[in-house]
Amino acid sequence: MERYGIPLEGFLVISTAMFFIGIYGFLVRKNLITMLMSIELILNSVNINFVAFNSYLFPENMQGNFFALIVVAIAAAEASVAIALIINIYRRFSNIEVENIDEMKY
Amino acid sequence: MINFSYTIWILIIPIFMFLLLGLLGMKFKPIISGVLGTIGLGVVMLLSYYAAYQYFFQLPRIDDAYQQILAHNITWLNLSASLQIKMGVFIDPISVMMLVVVSTVSFMVHLYSIGYMKGEKGFQRFFAFLSLFTFSMLGLVVATNIFQMYIFWELVGVSSFLLIGFYYERPSAVAASKKAFIVTRFADLGFLVGILLLSYYTKSFDFLNITGPVGIEVTRNLTQTFLGMSVATWALLLIFMGGAGKSAMFPLHIWLPDAMEGPTPVSALIHAATMVVAGVYLVARLFPLYAFAAPDALTVIAYVGGFTSLFAAVIACTQFDIKRVLAFSTLSQIGYMMLALGVSGYGGEKGLGYMASMFHLFTHAMFKALLFLGAGSIIHAVHSNYMNEMGGLRKYLPITHLTFLIACLTIAGLFPLSGFWSKDEILVAAYEHNKLLFVVEYLVAGLTAFYMFRLYFRVFWNKEPHYHHKPHESPLVMTIPLMFLAVASIFTGFLPFSQMVTSDRLPFESETNLMIAIPSVAIGLVGIFIAFLLYKKDNVLVGKIVTGLGGIYTTIYNKFYIDEVYMFVTKKIIFNLISRPVAWFDRHVVDGFMNGIAGVTVLASRKIKGAQSGQLQHYAFFFVLGAIAFALIFIYLWQ
Repeated sequence: MERYGIPLEGFLVISTAMFFIGIYGFLVRKNLITMLMSIELILNSVNINFVAFNSYLFPENMQGNFFALIVVAIAAAEASVAIALIINIYRRFSNIEVENIDEMKY
Repeated sequence: MINFSYTIWILIIPIFMFLLLGLLGMKFKPIISGVLGTIGLGVVMLLSYYAAYQYFFQLPRIDDAYQQILAHNITWLNLSASLQIKMGVFIDPISVMMLVVVSTVSFMVHLYSIGYMKGEKGFQRFFAFLSLFTFSMLGLVVATNIFQMYIFWELVGVSSFLLIGFYYERPSAVAASKKAFIVTRFADLGFLVGILLLSYYTKSFDFLNITGPVGIEVTRNLTQTFLGMSVATWALLLIFMGGAGKSAMFPLHIWLPDAMEGPTPVSALIHAATMVVAGVYLVARLFPLYAFAAPDALTVIAYVGGFTSLFAAVIACTQFDIKRVLAFSTLSQIGYMMLALGVSGYGGEKGLGYMASMFHLFTHAMFKALLFLGAGSIIHAVHSNYMNEMGGLRKYLPITHLTFLIACLTIAGLFPLSGFWSKDEILVAAYEHNKLLFVVEYLVAGLTAFYMFRLYFRVFWNKEPHYHHKPHESPLVMTIPLMFLAVASIFTGFLPFSQMVTSDRLPFESETNLMIAIPSVAIGLVGIFIAFLLYKKDNVLVGKIVTGLGGIYTTIYNKFYIDEVYMFVTKKIIFNLISRPVAWFDRHVVDGFMNGIAGVTVLASRKIKGAQSGQLQHYAFFFVLGAIAFALIFIYLWQ
């Protein structure tokens, strides 16, 4: 079954690509803001999956779509907390390089 | 029907006083707590007297025998249908007699302590402990069953420990209190095993059952033997071991002389008149069993008692600390009581030894408490325990002198003071049963007179040393008990004991045997005369005798080195051969195993803790790897 001339696999490929791009960014970039953006990518790749599976597999239901909306709302809240943290980290360390924040260990 | 239910107050008042003074004592002025404790004990004493009056004179006898009454008997621990531990008040001739003894001496000691302990730190604590002791001793005396007796027995031990260690800042007092506790506790192990053995076979703890016809029948017919002795003999000997520990019989006597580190009123109450006779009381309480089921155990008791009395009397002749002289004299007199029990038979005239033992217990409590309180009065005046630092005190302490003299004459057994009557009965009983023990006791009677008058002449006559300040007579609150006890020492001998306290509770007629009474008074007089010659004035002869005896004197002076033997056995043999290897095993093998586990954990964590770098992205990387690994595993398993 196809919609808009695009097969389900197309959405999944995009979603998977976004997910791993997000993982890669999170592991490699040192800037906390960029890492936060990577997390957003991961979250939204999941959203794509939700919406795609919902409309392709269970078009009569709406749970997937609503779940995606909830994830968006949570992501917004999470972003605000994360940015507040980043601001505090900046005040303390005068930069937002993740490598400098390594005091919490053994 | 006469009701004895009020006797429970004899126990409630002292424990209430203990709690009151122990918890709130510091809120009162010292004198108030002392007076409170004394008044409480006074009430207890009056109740005991009333109970004795009712029991002996008003209560009708059944078949001429005094009744055994359970005034109270509640189930205290209900463990199972067949195992119940009860608590109660048991009234029979010996418990009533002991109530009178304990409450009288305790009241006198309370009164005396108000003066003696004045200004001491911990005055309230002292009275609280005295009340605790009195409570425990009275509970022991009226125990309805052997388990209740055991519990109070231990309580008595604890309060003795607390009171010996009253001056807890003094290391010697602490050591003495520990010694007393450990030695008696060790002996109580035997007591406990004995109780378990006995009650296993008789199926009961109650004295009424185990010393009644059923209990006697059961224990007599026990066929089990162990190491050649019947189980009944074993059980009763083990119980006697507990009694020997409390009553400081040889070889468990070592704690009593050291216990003199406690305040003198405590020595008078606990270590002369009441607690140390608990062992005698225990044997008397179980006497029907001893007499019928284990005559061998009685023989052992007789010889232990006889030996202890001789042994202690010999040591007492060489000691200089007046309290220690009295302590050894106590040992010797308790030896008399044990011996009298040991040579006694059951019932009627044959039970003369039993009656004599109880009689001597009664009179001894009075005159020995008097001696100790008199010694306290002397120490109070001179501030020393050593008789070398005393002399010529009769001018300064007239009342103490007179009462002390009465007590000395009493213990020497002079007619017609109380000591004469009771000691005479013991000698008669020994004479009828065992000539060897009779000779020993006869000698001890002479020795007793000698060492008591050595003390008396040395302290009250002899040369006056240089006193730092003039000794003065003690206040009235201390001399009143002395006078009361002196009167008691003179007149208690006229009590018709054979009409009241006998082995089968049936009265019998006892008469003085002149063949024994006259020689025993004579040897007492000889002892007094020798002491008079040697110690009335400073006599060079004393030094000559001491040097003449040489090594023998030193051995006796050092109490036959029994303490050193104990130290050798415990320190050298037990510590080195048993305790040290066990400690090594515990430290190296048991602890080593546990320490090894902990060490391995520490080592492992030291190696891998580098993984926790604090770098957020490292953690995230491992997290992702883990997630992927799980995903792969699940995909693999799915197929």
